[in-house]
Amino acid sequence: MGRETGGHKEHLATIRPPASTSSTQMPISSASSESPATEVSVRRTEDQVLVVRIAGSWHIGGAFPPLGEVERELASGWKPTAVSFDTTDLGTWDSGVLAFLAATSKLARDRGIKVDRSGLPKGLARLLSLAEAVPEKKDAQAEEENDDPFFLQRIGARAIHTQLMFKSGLSFVGQLVLSFRRLLRGRARFRGSDLWLLVQQSGIEALPIVTLVCFLLGGILAFVGAIQLETFGATIYVADLVGVAMVRDMGALFTAIIMAGRSGAAFAAQLGSMKVTQEIDALETMTIPTMDFLVLPRVIALLLMMPLLTLYGDAMGILGGGFVGVAMLGISPVTYLIETADAVSLTHAVGGVIKGTVYGVLIAIAGCLQGVQSGKSSSAVGDAATKAVVAGIVSIITACGLFALVFYMLGI
Amino acid sequence: MAYGDFVLQHDLNFTIETGDIFVIMGGSGCGKSTLLRHMIGLNEPAKGEVLYGLESFTKAPLHRRAAMLRKVGVLYQSGALWSSMTLAENVALPLEEFTTLARDEIAEVARLKLALVGLAGFEHYYPADISGGMQKRAGLARAMALDPDILFFDEPGAGLDPISSRLLDDLILELRDSLGATIVVVTHELASIFAIATRVIMLDREKKGILATGTPQELRDRPPHEFVRRFFHRVGSAAEVHR
Repeated sequence: MGRETGGHKEHLATIRPPASTSSTQMPISSASSESPATEVSVRRTEDQVLVVRIAGSWHIGGAFPPLGEVERELASGWKPTAVSFDTTDLGTWDSGVLAFLAATSKLARDRGIKVDRSGLPKGLARLLSLAEAVPEKKDAQAEEENDDPFFLQRIGARAIHTQLMFKSGLSFVGQLVLSFRRLLRGRARFRGSDLWLLVQQSGIEALPIVTLVCFLLGGILAFVGAIQLETFGATIYVADLVGVAMVRDMGALFTAIIMAGRSGAAFAAQLGSMKVTQEIDALETMTIPTMDFLVLPRVIALLLMMPLLTLYGDAMGILGGGFVGVAMLGISPVTYLIETADAVSLTHAVGGVIKGTVYGVLIAIAGCLQGVQSGKSSSAVGDAATKAVVAGIVSIITACGLFALVFYMLGI
Repeated sequence: MAYGDFVLQHDLNFTIETGDIFVIMGGSGCGKSTLLRHMIGLNEPAKGEVLYGLESFTKAPLHRRAAMLRKVGVLYQSGALWSSMTLAENVALPLEEFTTLARDEIAEVARLKLALVGLAGFEHYYPADISGGMQKRAGLARAMALDPDILFFDEPGAGLDPISSRLLDDLILELRDSLGATIVVVTHELASIFAIATRVIMLDREKKGILATGTPQELRDRPPHEFVRRFFHRVGSAAEVHR
């Protein structure tokens, strides 16, 4: 290898393949289509020894002959005095052959037959000895889990798990309430800069996706409503349908679902990662409450942003419905707006904002709870983020149902 | 010490004297870091207690435990710096929380602490911007922020090159001499143990207790157990790896 400089080559380096390896080293070779195939055969000698002949090239990634022939010999009733190996025709090998030899040795030892390794290359014999140097620790195996538990066992295990989850969730909410109490007394400890960053991430940076989803949602509602309303010649009421649906329920609900996937997952991942890197441990040993420092600003951020995002989502939904109404249904923009304003009341709007606020708190709790309960591996952090989204959405939908019931009973 | 039904250690009884550099050592998985976590309140002992002086840390009410922990600094294995804060902010946070110093005074103290560990000029760097060794030093600066009486180090030399490890050892000795701190180190690096330790205990996973105690020189020259001899003379077999 060299390079041209000013008309002559400058020698930089020469790389040569390694010299041929000794029998004590594990030869390394590339698999080639001309490598002799792996071969196993067995024969009995006059002095009652079972010789296992291994030939060809043995490499991980190639196909290995099964142990069948060796097993049949050992199970045939004839008990050899020893099992030995003939590797005269063994070509290049890697640790692939080790597995075969170890299995053969185990078969022999299980039958009380001595294994003679003198026929193996030194490197192979040493590797086998190393693998067998430490006896298997009997109690190191994890308890075998029942792959097919009885259904009552499963129900019981699930009930216990749910009870524990419920308890820890309740405890978390209780600690959050205490943290809010400290906040009201001016004794909660968190950084203002963290709060504003979270407000920015949860609020402003969510505007594009809220715009897209709610605009399309409004348009979809308008289309679906128009199909039925056209039969009565009442397409103008599309404006009422979209306005009331968005402002009362759908704006808050869909914005919350977006935020569960966005902010809820982010909170879980942030706190889970902090667990992995012991940042939360560092806070605890400094007696800085995790609840105040990490969870509270996240809850406050969504508490502040969700009402605003809900109103914004409502507006985008009405705009989307208006787009369909004007462009597809021939309703004039002014008529659409007046109709919407007549249909949507302050009660609807306030109700929607209250729902959005509650959903925001639920999303923050779900995200932070999963984060602080996360395990200490990277996959655990991913699991926590997933669970945060699922828990957030389930709690939002449950709350939505409860709100529907309560508002119905209140006649709202 | 236990994780659920799995008992890690059940026979630990030792005292750390003021001014000691006390090293907790042992094979992998014997519970060294877990013991440290018990001593700083991150884990609760299944039985027994941790005493700070004559006062029980384990049984103390929360506010009392918090007060005791303010006299403690911890350097975690990976530094555990808060990734959203600069190095200066990391060091400043405990000062903001637990002192009445003015903002500019806190900034000056933080700068000084970072300079003590050789990170002058790096105040505005974030943890992700610096090397692992520098993160450890920054973590040490944070652990020292409130001039603690006791400093805990969890595998301080892990991942460091020999020179950086030696520099950290020198820093530990300096902290003991200049601050009068009592230092507890979890490590199994022999070079560091001989450089800094005044007393050592060796935990054993099989025995689930203390296998040996003494100065590093005593354990090396008069090992009370074969495993201790092998540990100090770096003589091992595959079987010993799993002890």
